[in-house]
Amino acid sequence: MVKLTQRLGGLVLRFAAFCAALGAVIAMITSRERSSFFVLSLVAKYSDLAAFKYFVIANAIVSVYSFLVLFLPKESLLWKFVVVLDLMVTMLLTSSLSAAVAVAQVGKRGNANAGWLPICGQVPRFCDQITGALIAGLVALVLYVFLLIFSIHHVVDPFLLRK
Amino acid sequence: MAVSKLALAATSGKNCKVLLGLRLLAFSATLSAAIVMGLNKETKTFVVGQVGNTPIKATFTAKFDHTPAFVFFVVANAMVSFHNLLMIGLQIFGGEIEFTGFRLLSVAILDMLNVTLISAAANAAAFMAEVGKNGNKHARWEKICDRFATYCDHGAGALIAAFAGVILMLIISAVSISRLVQPNKYCSTTASPSVVP
Repeated sequence: MVKLTQRLGGLVLRFAAFCAALGAVIAMITSRERSSFFVLSLVAKYSDLAAFKYFVIANAIVSVYSFLVLFLPKESLLWKFVVVLDLMVTMLLTSSLSAAVAVAQVGKRGNANAGWLPICGQVPRFCDQITGALIAGLVALVLYVFLLIFSIHHVVDPFLLRK
Repeated sequence: MAVSKLALAATSGKNCKVLLGLRLLAFSATLSAAIVMGLNKETKTFVVGQVGNTPIKATFTAKFDHTPAFVFFVVANAMVSFHNLLMIGLQIFGGEIEFTGFRLLSVAILDMLNVTLISAAANAAAFMAEVGKNGNKHARWEKICDRFATYCDHGAGALIAAFAGVILMLIISAVSISRLVQPNKYCSTTASPSVVP
């Protein structure tokens, strides 16, 4: 009974992480806004910035990976390998989120010392959607940190509870 | 069968020395990245205009703390190098410190947290440096590396050291996690490892 709830908890966490990563990808891909700036017309898309492209690619990899691990049978010996893969995926998530937040922060507040103006004043809806995608990425990261601790607790048995 | 062989290999005495060497390398890489980026500063005078015949000069500085991503980079590298120093000290001087099997687990978890921390910091700084080097014509952000070449070079050196630190921390974390499979054999050079039951 305890093992069933544990396995169910792991599945629920992984499904939630899959949804969060997928939501981040979709929110960032569909963010596109056109604004007119005097005579010039400026189109803001996520692919203008390399950090956002990396964010989309990383979260897409994470969502595909979580979807595949959802179907791993309980008795498979691959669960020990899943611990290592979970660590690498967590690294991928934090690096992509951190890079996207760093660049989005420059977009929102600019960098007065380098002479870079903020762009959020001209494309506010684009900025809001990017913020939403970053929040979804953060949720996916937190869920994966829990999943990592969960995997180590159940697969590697660090407290030697099982003889 | 293969797992027990891996566990046996991970807990032999020779591997402890390998782990110590890796931690020393990671400590020096992250410390040098933090120091090089922390002392990164360049001041240059430019001619910004002309009034009649005399040129107007203005002095501009490029410092690491103008960019929040670089501040995070310095702080995170300092934290990871401090963690590595602590682990080296624990391995050399902390002979028998043990509290109900907590030592191996805390080392493994701390290593994992530091891997994620340093990878986040290195990536954030890398993408900000890419924007600084190439500019962004969609957002009308000009590149700054053609005017502050030394600043950019030092930053690139710090980034390379940090990425070496990321790879080293990943290997260290993998070794620490594989040590969890066989407890009672923590690495210490002052006490003999206890016999596996």
